[in-house]
Amino acid sequence: MIRTGRGFAKRWARMADSDQCSLSHGSRVAVVGGGPAGSMFSYFLLNFAEIANLDLQVDIYEPRYFTHCGPAGCNHCGGIVSESLLQRLATEGIELPSHVVQRGMDSYTLHMDVGTVRLNAPGLEKRIAAVYRGNGPRESEPLHQVSFDGYLNELAIGKGARMVRRMVTGMDRTGDSIGVTCADGHNRNYDLAVVATGINSHFVESVCERVAPIRQPKKTSTFICEFQLGRSMIEETLGNSMHVFLLDIPRLEFAALIPKDDYATLCMLGDEIDEELIRAFFQSAEFRHCFPDAIVPPHACHCLPRINVSTARYPFDDRIVLIGDSGTTRLFKDGLGAAYRTSKAAARTAVFHGVSARDFEQNFWPLCRTIDADNRIGKFVFSVSGLIQKARFSRRAVLRMTALEQAGDSDRKRMSEILWDIFSGSAPYREILGRAFHPAYVGGLIWNLAASNWPPVQRRDAETAGQGV
Amino acid sequence: MGCLGVAMADLGRLYQDGEIIVREGDPGDCMYVVQKGRVDVIANFGGDEVVLRSLGRNDFFGEMALFERDVRTSTARAVGQARILTVDRRTFLRGISEDPSLALRMVKIMSHRIKDLTGRLAAYENPLSEGRARGSPVPGDGARQRIARPGAAGPGLQE
Repeated sequence: MIRTGRGFAKRWARMADSDQCSLSHGSRVAVVGGGPAGSMFSYFLLNFAEIANLDLQVDIYEPRYFTHCGPAGCNHCGGIVSESLLQRLATEGIELPSHVVQRGMDSYTLHMDVGTVRLNAPGLEKRIAAVYRGNGPRESEPLHQVSFDGYLNELAIGKGARMVRRMVTGMDRTGDSIGVTCADGHNRNYDLAVVATGINSHFVESVCERVAPIRQPKKTSTFICEFQLGRSMIEETLGNSMHVFLLDIPRLEFAALIPKDDYATLCMLGDEIDEELIRAFFQSAEFRHCFPDAIVPPHACHCLPRINVSTARYPFDDRIVLIGDSGTTRLFKDGLGAAYRTSKAAARTAVFHGVSARDFEQNFWPLCRTIDADNRIGKFVFSVSGLIQKARFSRRAVLRMTALEQAGDSDRKRMSEILWDIFSGSAPYREILGRAFHPAYVGGLIWNLAASNWPPVQRRDAETAGQGV
Repeated sequence: MGCLGVAMADLGRLYQDGEIIVREGDPGDCMYVVQKGRVDVIANFGGDEVVLRSLGRNDFFGEMALFERDVRTSTARAVGQARILTVDRRTFLRGISEDPSLALRMVKIMSHRIKDLTGRLAAYENPLSEGRARGSPVPGDGARQRIARPGAAGPGLQE
């Protein structure tokens, strides 16, 4: 077993000594957690096993039913399937049918105190999907739809995975296997245990750390709530656009209002979201004006889930691997996309390489490190974005440049592309930062800084007239 | 759920019956995946339109544009209303550079297509085949139509 804090060389030496272990015919795999990461892991594992002509038994331990409304069936998430994830799933042959998607979205609407501007997807194509992780908010009418998590469960079951409706309460290492114990006393040994419990449970610290020295990722709290507006009201006020807010409110990085079927979901991300911050945001004119008569309706349900802001050290050991939020995710964005990437990398490693710590170190950990390194760049990108949020003159320049790009027919919409990728999480932060240093972008920004702030009289007139949109 | 609800939850872009999705000779930088409806892939031989393949839900087309910077070699047209999702070259290449297995399904389908086309070509070249026996060896008439049986074995097609 590997101990953290002994240095990479010692860790490597221990791994080199560890016996090679791999999956073979009849091997058993336990997946703890039936959210997107767990289901996608099971789906891809069985898919790869089929290619490798390997017969595996996969048990997904998930006590919840994602057909329930409210917290009982919810995974506490904004429920956005990003453009890049949608495209990758389509390439894999996994489509999101209409009964899973709450709304297809074709644009982002950026709200700032200096105005509002809409960023359209090319050809007004619906490239982003809003979904429910469970079966809708608390007290909502039973939906004739399938939740995203439920749909992925079905895909995994369709591939041959078995859903076990039990809560795992213990894990132990016995020889060449990992024993999984449930609350009802059920116990079974597995050749590989995959942890996909997210970070909103104490599973990793209370159970995993007993069988593998895994250090949890750092977390911060977010705020998510649901407004029941009715379908026609949503069509009228929000449309098929995701509304994002860049406001000068301390500690608030980003907020988004996501239209769904009868409801709209609000997500607030930042540094330890608390009541004071939520109140400040709810009182902002930019948010209130998204609702009829500028009155924010009461929310139907809310939660303060935690998200990770770093990567677990180290999210694997012999015969155990942590995927999805339990291991790592992208900073503030595209958590479902990160779950897809880590789950597939772990499945590929398990089938084609092996399930020892060294196999995961060589074939799974590089992806986690890539995500982690990109998140560090993301922190810088968000700090620059924070500076823009704080300075009114820079907000004016961003608004002007974006509005002109959207009104024109140029192929290169540099500011729009950067904003789109920041909002959607479609591109790595490294790539976004690279584009922000492009001379044409820097030149355009300088020009717009000058043009939008001088002369002051014209500037005031423009703001009065309501720029953008 | 009513019609509004279904349209609201659809993804991609809606094309009307007969609308051209990609045109032969145009530059391309993306492929397409059919979400709903049907799409005909058409080639033009000396002024004649030949339906190379008829595609349905989950089939992709225009994939060659992801690998080479060339113009489209065929036209894709909606048959009835069709919902089409775009897969950008940048997203795709970023994906396979991280995870080459992303291309597995595409390789499998393209392999089916090669097998299918080889079979059709062999049938065309065989002097005892039905088309030759009828004396129509030149692409541009019945033989060509026979080469391109829409919807024949193997899913998807073409650029």
